[in-house]
Amino acid sequence: MTIAEVGRARLRKEDSHLITGRSRYTDNITLPGMLHLAMVRSPFAHARITSVDVSAAKSSPGVVAVLTGSDVAAEQGSLPNAWPVTAEQKAPAHPAIAVDEVAFAGEVVACIIARSAAAARDAVELVDVSYDELPVVLDLEEAATDQVLAHPGLGTNTSATWVFDSGEAGTGKPISEALAGAEVLIERTFYQQRLIPAFMEPRSTVVDPTGEQITVWSATQIPHILRLMLALTLGIPESKLRVIAPDVGGGFGGKLQVTPEEAITVLAARHTGKPCKYTETRSESLMAAHHGRAQVQRLRLSATKEGIVTGLDVKLLADMGAYLGLVTSGVPILGAFMYNSIYKFPAYRFECTNLFTNKAWTDAYRGAGRPEATFAIERLMDELAVELGMDPLEVREKNWITHEEFPFTSVAGLEYDSGNYEAATAKALELFDYEGLRAEQARRREAKDPVQLGIGISTFTEMCGLAPSRVLGALSYAAGGWEHAQVRVLPTGNIEVVTGSSAHGQGHETAWSQLVADKLGVPFENVEVLHGDTQISQRGLDTYGSRSLTVGGMAVLAAADKVIEKAKVIAAHLMEASEDDLEFAEGKFKVRGTDQSTSLGEIAFATFSAHNLPDGVEPNLDSDATFDPQNFSYPHGTHLAAMEVDTETGRATIRKYVCVDDIGVVVNPLIVEGQVHGGLAQGIAQALYEEAVHDDAGTLVTGSFVDYLVPGAPDLPHYTTARTETPSTTNQLGAKGVGEAGTIASTPAIVNGVLDAVRHLGVKDIRMPCSPSRVWAALEEAKLSGGVQ
Amino acid sequence: MIPSAFDYAAPETLAEALSLLGSAGDDVKLLAGGQSLIPVMKLRLADPSMVIDLGRIAELSGVRDDGDALLIGAMTPHHQVATDPLVAAHVPLLAKAAATVADPQVRHRGTFGGALVHADPAGDLPAPALAAGATFIIAGPGGERRVAAADFFQGYFSTAVGDGEILTHVRVPKYTGWGAHYEKFTRVAQQWSIVAVAAMVRVEGNSIAEARIGLTNMASTPLRATAVEEALAGSPLTLEAITAASAHAAEGSDPASDLNGDAAYRKHLAAVLTKRALVAAAGL
Ligand SMILES: Cc1cc2nc3c(=O)[nH]c(=O)nc-3n(C[C@H](O)[C@H](O)[C@H](O)COP(=O)(O)OP(=O)(O)OC[C@H]3O[C@@H](n4cnc5c(N)ncnc54)[C@H](O)[C@@H]3O)c2cc1C
Repeated sequence: MTIAEVGRARLRKEDSHLITGRSRYTDNITLPGMLHLAMVRSPFAHARITSVDVSAAKSSPGVVAVLTGSDVAAEQGSLPNAWPVTAEQKAPAHPAIAVDEVAFAGEVVACIIARSAAAARDAVELVDVSYDELPVVLDLEEAATDQVLAHPGLGTNTSATWVFDSGEAGTGKPISEALAGAEVLIERTFYQQRLIPAFMEPRSTVVDPTGEQITVWSATQIPHILRLMLALTLGIPESKLRVIAPDVGGGFGGKLQVTPEEAITVLAARHTGKPCKYTETRSESLMAAHHGRAQVQRLRLSATKEGIVTGLDVKLLADMGAYLGLVTSGVPILGAFMYNSIYKFPAYRFECTNLFTNKAWTDAYRGAGRPEATFAIERLMDELAVELGMDPLEVREKNWITHEEFPFTSVAGLEYDSGNYEAATAKALELFDYEGLRAEQARRREAKDPVQLGIGISTFTEMCGLAPSRVLGALSYAAGGWEHAQVRVLPTGNIEVVTGSSAHGQGHETAWSQLVADKLGVPFENVEVLHGDTQISQRGLDTYGSRSLTVGGMAVLAAADKVIEKAKVIAAHLMEASEDDLEFAEGKFKVRGTDQSTSLGEIAFATFSAHNLPDGVEPNLDSDATFDPQNFSYPHGTHLAAMEVDTETGRATIRKYVCVDDIGVVVNPLIVEGQVHGGLAQGIAQALYEEAVHDDAGTLVTGSFVDYLVPGAPDLPHYTTARTETPSTTNQLGAKGVGEAGTIASTPAIVNGVLDAVRHLGVKDIRMPCSPSRVWAALEEAKLSGGVQ
Repeated sequence: MIPSAFDYAAPETLAEALSLLGSAGDDVKLLAGGQSLIPVMKLRLADPSMVIDLGRIAELSGVRDDGDALLIGAMTPHHQVATDPLVAAHVPLLAKAAATVADPQVRHRGTFGGALVHADPAGDLPAPALAAGATFIIAGPGGERRVAAADFFQGYFSTAVGDGEILTHVRVPKYTGWGAHYEKFTRVAQQWSIVAVAAMVRVEGNSIAEARIGLTNMASTPLRATAVEEALAGSPLTLEAITAASAHAAEGSDPASDLNGDAAYRKHLAAVLTKRALVAAAGL
């Protein structure tokens, strides 16, 4: 009996090369005769370009060419936005190199092509660009007034307004009734600060135009989408483009983009006929790679005096930044389906205004729309509890969907297939010692301890496994959400798995090997996973939205199923038995009731030699499958944070963090643990540390890691992680997704905890990140307004 | 992240370094651990035409006993200051402050002298050096001169070390038997000080005989919290006395406002951290 692979905490196959410096990142690639690029970027957030003088740069030693916006105006096209959320959506043209106007500080205005990276960098300073500065609009609420326009040509800052109304959709009652009849009305405005994905490996692209095809290596999450989009944008036949994502050092959504720099590197290679490389500096990465979050959330929640929520009204202002990137406009819309979270609200309305500002554009960042929604509702549930003098857990229990009620159609129109919020919560409470910590909290309040204790709760769910293609179609997204896989049995019986879902740190090679090892009954080591090259994996929709296992993994399983089906025909022929008498287990077909058997390896070799195959059977044991999910998957969980707030310094410290996640069936607990830890870190970072700050002119102040504070291991606690397992019913494995769960859940848990520690001192709210100076200022303000109880 | 081209020299003696420095024009930079200089060169905020590396000059590195003081070479890395037994025995404040600098990589390359000459208001070595009343030994074309700590730090990133001069050693009086603590406040572990307080106390019986307190990042230069020092001299060793005295910590300070906090917050922190530093130093 072989040990089941699924469920085993295997060390990751990919780690030995990643952690011993034998990795191959894009910047490690050097091709013969390769040229190097450096970008000239606008120092102004909004300006008209009056002239670009490149003469000095062109004659600088080592410089081969300089490209300006006008040089490539005819061929650079406009970078793609694949998600026109409404038919009327407005968007400015988005040239890779700005031609007449720049709309954010950091936008590319020229590109130096030189024989060395140093020569390219030296020439950047020699390009003389004249600008006429234009007024900038940076603040979202100001942008909504249209007094200053980010793109004067559009006549407005509003890109689109998108509405969901449960009354109109028939998924619930009209919100107006709920608000009018509210016994309790909680009105709040929350600010989702702008964040920077801050992946470890800066973006890098190498383009080789010298063969039959143009080959593009890029630090991207989306080799397949990038290939299609570069072909469409630059007018290159798709068949002439090969995109390779080699080792990619993190993305978090930040590499789910078709970037100006990628397009420019292709243009540069085309102009010079030579391989070209561009690798951004960290400063460029923070300034010009897309940002995330950046929303103002105006919320109204109505409830009865007993704490039953009767309706939720959400009005969002969402910062697009200066342009619409690949899915910029759709990110806040993904959140639309999650504001109601795990609760049974009878009425719900969501209205989002997508606004342009003169800042780097926003786009997907870990959780994309769902962390914002989860934060809002989990903060509101706490506010409701405070208003009613109830325990915040009790308010949640009164409103959540009970496990008997699944499948449950939410007021936002999603069908939640499974879940058990009671079980996850019960387990979390036990691990947390909720009662004990509440007692300690009371003691500290009583003693007026300078260090106060607060308990933050976040009971979250999310929709992941993006996505059923028909749902994406209904939301006006340009592409589908399926994923493709191939399973190939080699003559030796070794297996090659080709997946369209290309990992950039997630561990697909390990997880997919485990899936296939179990399915085909072959040793884990005999499975090789190939990905990230459009010539090897021809079809795919790549990695984001916690989709890899629940969509990509299911495609792998489906392809493996097809291999078994085909092998069975051959096995029956070889053993002169009826297919009906065969059973497949542990890599062997056995004839029931006999000791006759043949292994997959034997069948593979017989197929390869093809000497004796049944009529009509093609001599291969390969298969293809494309899986399109019928539904999202809905991981959920209960996260509890005990926060200590030092009222003397304002510092909030995590004393204890317990999370119980229900992500269905787990393939590799070690990988899951890693995803949870990393996710928590990023959610905690939003709550306590990170914020992209601009000055009044629109220059990024947090332009280096000295000022953009990414927490490190010493800043984060030991987490207590646990799981409950309520399988998803919408895929054959019962898996959900885990890539974003920690990020989505942790931010409100932390902020709720901070507020719970200081609310009795008169503090009502603290904007994220809850830095020591902000917490202290809130305490001071509360003192001044006599809020101390 | 590529600096402009520059010439490079690595002299092996101080005399050689001084003569190179004298002949190289004014566009020259000395390189110690490079932990401040290299980043600004990579960002092209500095583009010297020549860099003189002090790393091969053996006489500039190490900690020596010099009677009533320690003589610390300018090129002694932070890690060595943090772990040297002489420093631990006689000026533990320096060891404790050096241990809070950045991370092990930076502490192994960054130097004591480099940090002091760089004189970043948020740097962690200037305030302890000031509190300890260090003397700076500076070599120049005209020979050697000595500058007291109070005169060494002259402004934002500026010290008494002139063009053509090299800081060779820092002479730090011994505070054997004193309690010491460096209380550093940051938002993430590996960060420059938002505010930090360097405190040394000499306890006699149940009272504080003497206290020396330096403040990091409360002005463009490190400051002595003289009002607190005066209030504590001869005061009882109690939390109340320390708290009352610490309330004066920000007197005469002029901190900057930035993303980590405004001036009012920094002034408040100075008082809180002074209290904490003193409590820890006195072992209360
Ligand atoms: C990631 C990171 C984090 C850091 N965090 C902290 C921190 O938390 N606290 C802190 O205090 N510091 C921190 N530092 C800075 C560190 O302490 C540096 O080591 C120090 O500021 C400069 O020392 P250095 O030897 O590297 O000097 P260099 O960078 O080589 O030189 C700095 C300047 O001093 C001049 N100079 C150097 N030596 C001499 C000399 N003997 N005579 C005359 N001029 C000289 C140089 O010409 C240059 O202008 C950090 C640095 C990094 C890279």
